[in-house]
Amino acid sequence: MRAVEDALKIQVPSNARIIRNIIDAIQFVQDHVVHFYHLHALDWVDIVNALEADPEATSALAQSISDWPNSSASYFKGVQDRVKKFVASGQLGIFANAYWGHPAYKLPPEANLMAVAHYLEALDWQREVIKAHAILGAKNPHLQTYLVGGMSIPVDANSEVGINADKIAQLLQMFAKAKDFVNRVYLPDVLAIAPFYLEWADLGEGLGNFMSYGDIPLVDNADPNNPGDLFFPRGVILDRDLSKVHPLDPEKIHEYVTHSWYTYDDESKGLHPSVGETNANYTGPKPPYEYLDTDKKYSWLKAPRYDEKSMEVGPLARMLIGYASGQERVVELVDSVLNTLNVPATVLFSTLGRVAARCIESVLLAENLEKWTLELAANIAKGDTAIHEQAHWDPSTWEAETMGWGWTEAPRGALGHWIHIKDGKIANYQAIVPSTWNGSPRDAKGLMGAYEAALIGTPVADPAMPVEILRTVHSFDPCMACAVHVLDADGNEITKVIVMD
Amino acid sequence: MLHLGESIQEFLLREGMSRRDFMKFCTIMAGALALPKNAVSDIARALESPQRLPIVWLELQDCAGCSEAFLRSTSPTAAELVLDVLSVDYHETIMAASGFQAEKSKDDAIAAGGYILVVEGSISLADDGGYCTIAGKSSKAILEDAAANAVAIIAVGNCATFGGIPAANPNPTQAAGVWDIIKNKPIINLPGCPVNPVNLTATVVHYLTFNQLPDMDSFNRPLFGFGRRIHDNCERRGHFDAGEFVKEWGDEGHRAGWCLYQMGCKGPITFHNCPSVRYNEGTSWPIAAGHPCIGCSEPGFWNWEVYKPISLNTFTPPTTFPTVETPDREISPAGIAISGTAVGAIVGAAGAFAYTALTNRSNIQPEVATEEPEEPAEH
Repeated sequence: MRAVEDALKIQVPSNARIIRNIIDAIQFVQDHVVHFYHLHALDWVDIVNALEADPEATSALAQSISDWPNSSASYFKGVQDRVKKFVASGQLGIFANAYWGHPAYKLPPEANLMAVAHYLEALDWQREVIKAHAILGAKNPHLQTYLVGGMSIPVDANSEVGINADKIAQLLQMFAKAKDFVNRVYLPDVLAIAPFYLEWADLGEGLGNFMSYGDIPLVDNADPNNPGDLFFPRGVILDRDLSKVHPLDPEKIHEYVTHSWYTYDDESKGLHPSVGETNANYTGPKPPYEYLDTDKKYSWLKAPRYDEKSMEVGPLARMLIGYASGQERVVELVDSVLNTLNVPATVLFSTLGRVAARCIESVLLAENLEKWTLELAANIAKGDTAIHEQAHWDPSTWEAETMGWGWTEAPRGALGHWIHIKDGKIANYQAIVPSTWNGSPRDAKGLMGAYEAALIGTPVADPAMPVEILRTVHSFDPCMACAVHVLDADGNEITKVIVMD
Repeated sequence: MLHLGESIQEFLLREGMSRRDFMKFCTIMAGALALPKNAVSDIARALESPQRLPIVWLELQDCAGCSEAFLRSTSPTAAELVLDVLSVDYHETIMAASGFQAEKSKDDAIAAGGYILVVEGSISLADDGGYCTIAGKSSKAILEDAAANAVAIIAVGNCATFGGIPAANPNPTQAAGVWDIIKNKPIINLPGCPVNPVNLTATVVHYLTFNQLPDMDSFNRPLFGFGRRIHDNCERRGHFDAGEFVKEWGDEGHRAGWCLYQMGCKGPITFHNCPSVRYNEGTSWPIAAGHPCIGCSEPGFWNWEVYKPISLNTFTPPTTFPTVETPDREISPAGIAISGTAVGAIVGAAGAFAYTALTNRSNIQPEVATEEPEEPAEH
């Protein structure tokens, strides 16, 4: 959509810009919470161990870290009883066969019980706050109001079907709930759990190169290279150097297929996505197979590189770029987390750093949701009902040939689409999604991607149950299943971890 | 709240709900399933069982959108209650285990049998299945293994039912739906992009209650959820009949909630219960949010032009409709002296609406097709 808008030089109306910002922001907040509690927490939290917790002590712990009301001993006793009964039923469902009791689990039983309670609460919470997407986008998941040139949800104070005072009020209510949970449950939980896992501030470091396209345009016709026009600034950090944020030059993006199941005429070189090629050519083993030969082609992901370097994208990249750019509130939040944990900024380059950055980003966005909703309300109050740029809707108005780049930040990181339009039709379309950056296979020079780099040096207590590997790979919030094979020093497979997210 | 190891009835008591509330929930479910009122007690009995129905949930060529939809199951507290009667023994995204341990969970569940297999995502057949493998197995082999001991299969979303987005031209992975592969098991198709969790819930409740699958149409879609066209049931149908059409995004008709037919709406050829159950606990649905239906519950929708109006193959002038003239209304000139918070100011902006535009009717009077939608006029 933004790729086409870029190609046709469309500027969306203010209402559409603000609505998209709000949709993005609550998406990030909901997605990050679901990732933390439902897709990542069980790498750190031992549910079975929660059965040994003392509800009184759990209550004292919960009340010491937050004034969240669900904190009485009887509340935690109720959760514990439910877990007990669940375990006794013998039907363990989604909790079966996990690594419970593994020595890498370090939380005391009370912290485990508190986290289990919040796992359950977050399930409820996420369903409620994401109704904002239904109001602005028809439904969630898979919103259906995005148009090239704007949005399809009408904006009109006097319309029954459009965004009116009633819908603004509903949004504000949901966003108050979103902020409340992030500030009083998610952030305190991360701060309470982190001290038990501080060794993970030295592990999972990875590439040290970070990239963000930037997003959430705060003004119409935002200049992405102008600090202040974007809520998430655009930029690149190289080699862990927080003293400099390099400007991003999209021409420096190339994709290799040396180890990917695609063909280029010359695979020693990368192609810019505007002239990218996706010619699938599966040369892997016929399934079922045990291994892929990583000396050959072994992935459906291409290997994107920025200025010939591998990049990490995602919440950590965004928060580091905001921090290094001196964005006041980002610096304040990051420093506050570092001070609370009594650790230096260097720990951000780690598995724990990714977990913390995701949480800080949630706090940051949750506290702006109300402001952006009121910005929309103020615009509506001016009598502005424009929601769509009509001039380019009919393809007969388009120039014969044009190209565009659509850039955005998704919760998982930098997302880019490149389009080539010819005679009103798509001549070429290429997408580089965040997990392609982070989960990239090797390129022509053998450079590894972020997941692979981050796993180097990870100690594994029990090779048959490598929960430590899950911690680092999950910290990237991968959008796919990926396989990590654990081999011993002689190359014999000990176990295979398929990380699914 | 996810409810661990207790029956629906126990949960209700704990939550301070009465037997009356529980029966109300059962009545809502009976309503969703289009069942007679005397089915309510059957549903109540089925849901009181402390033994949870095992589910094996496969994700193949998918985007996890249907899994996300499953997590949004909320209608009244109803769907969340139904979660409590399931034992989700394998679900890649939300299960705690990974790798060999996750595979073991699946193998154990398959060996035990007696489960409902839920499939999300299409099956890729090209290149011996190399486009989509998990643990080195092709999506087809994974499906066939899991189908072997399943009681029944529920295919959720348009990918698992009809191939979905991955099957769009030129379908490079040769994506197919479950029923293209599995021929010896009862299969129920719940298309949609994503599946509406209300329909998944209702299907499970139907199975628990009657120990059989609901009646289905020729695409194996349950009649309770896919028995009527969007168009037949649409809250904007009156505007279609009156010839009141949205012409441009954000025009007066769009803001007044007129018919989206001319913006390409596929409601007349799409069978789905979106207008009645809506999404996210009844909050909204595409047409209510000003966007035409894209036909996501129909096979082949991915190749339709979203914004091109469909041809309607019969034309019956609506001679029986009385003319409804828009009354002249006096609009009070508000908003002059109001300031303060932005929200307050919205109310103040009342005077701006151009009611005169409402009389700007289209002359086009299309009439809906009455045939089955197997061959939509425009692909």
